[in-house]
Amino acid sequence: MINDKEKKFILKELNKYENSDAVIVESLKFVQKRLGWISLDTMSEISKIISVPVSKIESIATFYNQIFRKPVGKNIIKYCDGVVCYINGYKKIKNAISKHLNINTGCTTKDNKFTLIPICCLGNCDNSPTIMINENLFSNITVKSAINILESIK
Amino acid sequence: MNNYFYKYEETHPLTWRIKKFKKTIFIDEYENKRGYLALKFALKNLSPDEVVSIIKKSKLKGRGGGGFLTGEKWSLIPKKNYFGKTYLLCNADEMEPGTYKDRFLMEKIPHLLLEGILLSAYAIQASCSYIFLREEYFLSKFLLEKSILEAKEKRYIGKNILNSGFNIEIFIHTGAGRYICGEETALINSLEGKRPNPRSKPPFPSQSGLWNKPTCVNNVETLSNVPAIILNGYKWYKNISKNNDTGTKLMGFSGKVKKPGLWELPFGTTSREILEDYAGGMKDGYNLKAWFPGGAGTGILTKHYLDISMDFNSLNLVGSRLGTGICIAVDNKINIVSLLLNIEIFFSRESCGWCTPCREGLPWSVKILKDLKNKKGRIGDIEILEEICKNLSIGKTFCAFAPGAISPLYNAIKYFRKEFENGIDFNLPIIKNKVFGIQSNNLNNI
Ligand code: SF4
Ligand code: FES
Repeated sequence: MINDKEKKFILKELNKYENSDAVIVESLKFVQKRLGWISLDTMSEISKIISVPVSKIESIATFYNQIFRKPVGKNIIKYCDGVVCYINGYKKIKNAISKHLNINTGCTTKDNKFTLIPICCLGNCDNSPTIMINENLFSNITVKSAINILESIK
Repeated sequence: MNNYFYKYEETHPLTWRIKKFKKTIFIDEYENKRGYLALKFALKNLSPDEVVSIIKKSKLKGRGGGGFLTGEKWSLIPKKNYFGKTYLLCNADEMEPGTYKDRFLMEKIPHLLLEGILLSAYAIQASCSYIFLREEYFLSKFLLEKSILEAKEKRYIGKNILNSGFNIEIFIHTGAGRYICGEETALINSLEGKRPNPRSKPPFPSQSGLWNKPTCVNNVETLSNVPAIILNGYKWYKNISKNNDTGTKLMGFSGKVKKPGLWELPFGTTSREILEDYAGGMKDGYNLKAWFPGGAGTGILTKHYLDISMDFNSLNLVGSRLGTGICIAVDNKINIVSLLLNIEIFFSRESCGWCTPCREGLPWSVKILKDLKNKKGRIGDIEILEEICKNLSIGKTFCAFAPGAISPLYNAIKYFRKEFENGIDFNLPIIKNKVFGIQSNNLNNI
């Protein structure tokens, strides 16, 4: 259910743009922040608030890789698989995380704590390899530091 | 005027204020170092046309990869606007693998970008500007938001700026993670809340862009160059470069080099200078095998091209591009086929899927590269890859994404064919006339 705060935010965002379609991405992201993912129900609620057909919202939601159409874990781990991180061995890091959490890319741990996904270059190549957990960027990752970071997250 | 700063400013328009400082420059410090002077000067003494003409004369080229002359782009915006509104969009959707320059500027000196936006908006008489920012740049967003508030307080943004009668609003719009949004018309579609497929041109955005209004899209680094040109003049700007491309460029090296990073350097600097003098050369135990001049979408080059001058023309002449100007070093421990596989997986993942050659061709190349990497390639595979490169070259697809995607592959086959051949298993039967994916017109000889 979209709460009042979110509804207010969406309506306020409308002032920034000439049409209401332009707030779709921002609305989806704002609601996703609390709910974790975007269900069909969420979309139809947004659709009512901004008077944009659900089909249109869905066509947007499915295009972007940071809008999640399935439930995800509490923490999203994004590993950069860009070319510099490739050169600097992102695969080792990814495999270590994968093994430590016992999940593959695109999956969520059984306790719903972590989801692991790839991401394009995080603009941090001079400190590669790089991972991002939620909104935090981690530089010069080694297998050891990756595991330490994971263990420090509640 | 403090001489120390002045000295740097003469050669480093983007970074002289941050030379010795690790922290972000906020408004007080920025103003102390001649910040917003260009804006004050222009609003008082220059007409919008004069600003356009100075930028035109400065020959500033777009720093987002395209290299189009900024002044020319601005002068395409109709002077008489019958539509009521003109938009200036700042492209800050930095996602090119291997690039970290716009993030650096936004995190270190956000007011420089804002001043650049204000001046550019004044030049084209835009009354609204959106910074299309990549979602993952959370810190940039925070710093830009803070800086916009600071600038609003000082009346640099808003209505009747500094009593000049010029009005402008600046909004931050964050994306949701698609590389194609960096393409200017896809960016416009994305902002409008459409699926971000590129638009066909004409009409060009300068005539009909965001919400069908005249629109100009400029990259972060391009806009950040504008204040210094207005303040010091186009002649000065031309003089700080070592060759025909004017001004400076953020250039850098990443990969297995001793000091990965970026530096503001004049055009005409060679990639060897960047690699050896600034990035400290290769790490011990690694040798340079190949390099990219400006991100993963630029043609790969061998070390024999290291003495090339880093500018638009010189790199075009050797079959590559300046792109974002941030080089990537590929070391001798990297297998070229596997590297290209990584790159083409990225591009096929990010293709917007609008046109067939790109949507089908890239996954096809991934499939073949995977086989070659696993030494299960078939005779004829390299030729199919070459054919795919041809079919995705400039003019064959809807936008420039596909030619960018394929240029590293094309060059890699040219320079490292042996490594591709090593992936072929000669025991596998030659499959004639059986191709998966798109049917190319010219496969008879395989
Ligand atoms: S070339 Fe690729 S990215 Fe560009 S429109 Fe075609 S499918 Fe989309
Ligand atoms: S390639 Fe990983 S941060 Fe750029």
